[in-house]
This record gives sequence, C-alpha cells and structure tokens, in this order.
Amino acid sequence: MRIKCPHCGERSLDEFSYYGDATLRRPEVNDQDANLLAKFTDYVYLRDNPAGQHQELWQHQFGCRAWLVVTRDTNSHLMTEVTAAAQKGEAA
Amino acid sequence: MLNSLPSSQATRPKFGQKYSALRLVMDALTQNRNLQPQWRSPTPKARYDAIIVGGGGHGLATAYYLAKNHGMTNIAVLEKSWLGGGNVGRNTTIIRSNYLLPGNIPFYEMAMQLWEKLEQDFNYNAMVSQRGIINLYHSDAQRDAYARRGNAMRMHGVDAELLDQAGVRRHLPFLNFDDARFPIQGGLRQPRAGTVRHDAVAWGYARGADQRGVDLIQNCEVTGIKTDANGVVGVETTRGFIAAKKIGLACAGRSSQVAAMAGLRLPIESHALQAFVSEGIKPFIDTVVTFGAGHFYISQSDKGGLVFGGDIDGYNSYAQRGNLPTIEDVCEGGMALMPAIGRVRMLRHWGGIMDMSMDGSPIIDKTPINGLYLNAGWCYGGFKATPASGHCFAELMARDQPPAAIAAYRLDRFAQGYVIDEKGMGPFPNLH
Repeated sequence: MRIKCPHCGERSLDEFSYYGDATLRRPEVNDQDANLLAKFTDYVYLRDNPAGQHQELWQHQFGCRAWLVVTRDTNSHLMTEVTAAAQKGEAA
Repeated sequence: MLNSLPSSQATRPKFGQKYSALRLVMDALTQNRNLQPQWRSPTPKARYDAIIVGGGGHGLATAYYLAKNHGMTNIAVLEKSWLGGGNVGRNTTIIRSNYLLPGNIPFYEMAMQLWEKLEQDFNYNAMVSQRGIINLYHSDAQRDAYARRGNAMRMHGVDAELLDQAGVRRHLPFLNFDDARFPIQGGLRQPRAGTVRHDAVAWGYARGADQRGVDLIQNCEVTGIKTDANGVVGVETTRGFIAAKKIGLACAGRSSQVAAMAGLRLPIESHALQAFVSEGIKPFIDTVVTFGAGHFYISQSDKGGLVFGGDIDGYNSYAQRGNLPTIEDVCEGGMALMPAIGRVRMLRHWGGIMDMSMDGSPIIDKTPINGLYLNAGWCYGGFKATPASGHCFAELMARDQPPAAIAAYRLDRFAQGYVIDEKGMGPFPNLH
C-alpha cells in the first residue's frame, strides 16, 4: 500500500500515520441539549467500520505533514481518491 | 453421556467415541479403518433454542459449554466458511494471564485455569504447553511498571516473578543484553503461561459440541437478523431462515457487519494483524519472549518453526493480509532482541482481522435487543481468552445473567465512562 500525497507524490506507507474515519463530525455543544452525552459517545466511540469504501484521515507525518482524506476500499486496500484535508474543508 | 443424547444421535457408533492411548493403538492395528468423522455435517433445522453466529474458537467454545454446562443441546453454530478458519487458526498460539487491571485479571486467570484442564475436559489433544512467558524490560521506568503489574497479578492469585538481568540470562542466554539503545535489564515472568495448538482448540470444542448434539453448520452465512417487538426471532442465512429466540454473535473481525444487521453500531474498528513463521530449526527458544522496547513476541513451535508477530498494521482493513512496513518493523524488533535469528528464513506470513475495541478490552454482554447477545472486541487477545469467553458467554446466554468474571465487559461501559484501557491509549483502536 502506497499513498499518493497530493503535495509529494506517491510515497511509502511508513511515512504516514493513521487517524481514522474522516466522516465523523464533532457535535455542536449546546448546554440545553439533553442528548449531548449520547451524541458525544457516538462521536468518540461508535464507528460504522464498513467493509468496502472508507473515507479516512491520514497524516503525511514524515513528509509534508499535511492531513489527507483518503478514500480506500477496506476489502482490497485499493485507494480511489487522496485529497488534502484542508482543500476538503476538514478541520485538520 | 451417550444416554443423554437426543434420539437422532442413536445411530452413531457407540464405540470409539473417546480418544485415548488404547484407541490410538487399536486404530493403528486396524489400519485406521474404523476412524469416524469428528463431527457431523447436519442440514439446518427450521428452529433452534439458540443460535451462535460464528464457528471460530469462541463460537464453538460457547456451543460446547452451553451443551455441557447448561444442558442446551438444541442449538446450532452457523459458520459462513469452515470451522476454525478465522483468527483461531491464524494466531501465534500464546496463552497468558499477565494483565494489570481488576476488570481483566480474574477473567484471563479463569481462562488460564480452564486451559490447564481443557484437554481432559474435552478429550482432545490441544498440546497445551505451559512453557512460561517473559516480558522484557529495558529501563528503570519499565521495571517499575512491570513490578506493579506483577504485584497486581499476585494480589489476584496469579503467578508472577520479576527477574533481573541475571535471571533472564538463565532462561535466555542468547538475547542481545547489551544493546546500545535497548539494553535488557530484566523481565516479568509468568511460569504458567505458554502455547496451545490453536487449530486443535477449535476442533476439540467442535467435536465436544457435536457429540452433545449441537448442529455445526458450515458454509452457512448469516445475511440478516430478524426481530419483532419482543426481540430476536431468527436469522436469514444463505441456507434459508432459521428461527431462534436467543442469538449469540461471536464474529470477531466481522462483528460490526453482523451487528449492523440488527441495527447496532459498535465501538469497534477492524484491523489487520500479521503473524509469521520461520523455517524449522533445532530447539532454540523454550518459552515465550516479548520485546519491551518495540512490539515483538516469539515462541518456537514443536515443529521447530519460530512463530512471531508484532503490531497490527494500524488502519481499517478486512483484507486478511497486511503490508510490508509492518513486516519490516516486526523483523527489526526481532533483530534488536536476538540477532541470532538473522540468518533464519521466513517461511510464511499471514493476516487476520481483529475486532479492535475502543479501549482495547473485549465486550461480552446482552445488547439493547432482547435475545441478542454480543461477544466481540477481542483486539488481538482473543485466542488466550477462548475457554473463559465460551464459558462466560454460554452462562450469559443460558441464564440471562453475566457471571462475575465478565461483569466489567459491558457494552455500555463507553457511554458510562467505565472503560478498561489496559494500555492507557484512549479511544484509538489502532494504538491498543
């Protein structure tokens, strides 16, 4: 598995570190929300863990240090898209 | 025991059910003409009292203890492939109970005590070998941590001894003690730990369950879980609908997919873990050793191969294969620890899919759906837990009450803040 960093080109996997599911969004904090704890439990602990297409955050830690959003098939490891998280509007 | 089998079993041969030395001699003299299959291949019935999804180590052990301890024999194990084809056939065969946290020690010690009696219990040679484990430490801080762990173990009645460097040298004189970066200062030893022939564990439980009337149904993939207002009613499978009021999930790396069939979202990510075996060499390592400065563990099989492994690959995967950087990392750990293995050639490597939980500890619990039980989140500690997992999961399913040993393995512990984070890594499955 090699990752095609949009800044550095195709690089070895051991330059990258993995964060996880890129589709999670931190819940809005609102003291009036009775479900806030449940929402945060979902956000922190629960995962879809799909067998198939997975959008995930990687950091090019030993390269340009940019955060990347990688779309990868967890059954085959085939990557179909690598985008800089900043471009995608992710909070990196 | 034969008298208690259901009538459909009456046609089975009455002699030669029990394995023994005498039986081995008799089979040899009769040129194995009387060998029987170790279990049947039944067609699924329309309805069972309980169904276990997953015919791996934990699923088969659960079925065995449900039949043996709780008299539930009208049950089935549904396996999408062949029995024992998943992680129970892919691990590095280590058993140990050298844990730190109160939620973990009694459970893993229960497993260790069941291992010690297992072969007599299920009448099968699982080659349980209590050759001990030595976890090495390489710094003063690590020594303190292992002293603490050893004390925690001894307070729970588990055997542990802290070795200094001379103590480790007595067991393993060939280690790289004076490594410039990671000198070996000593180790924490658990003498009762060891290795077990992993496939035989699955086969022994399968045969024991089958003898008690459990239907082991292979090539039968669960495709849906049916529920009504009262709870579960059965499962859709590739071999048709099968009804049951109690369904236990023991699906290891596929737990998230199967639980999703019932609308559950789990605190689990699936990750690939690789393991390795070298060509066979003469007796070299007579215990299990772990490297404390990296992640590397090694033992030697009875065939002579060095069996070793390290970290998971660290990204979500269902591919049952890993990548080269992890292989390099594992082998570097091995070379730092024992340079003598540098000329040994690697024979095979393989991967399995681990159900990595958010705190590194397993989940054995009821689910919010009545009649649906969950056994998951084993990270890469599932094999050593097999007997206790099956024992406790069977009791939970039979009595609807969790036994004390699994009281901490609740599904709602994440929401409640009672996580059991043995490594203190936080909710990052790839770091446990």
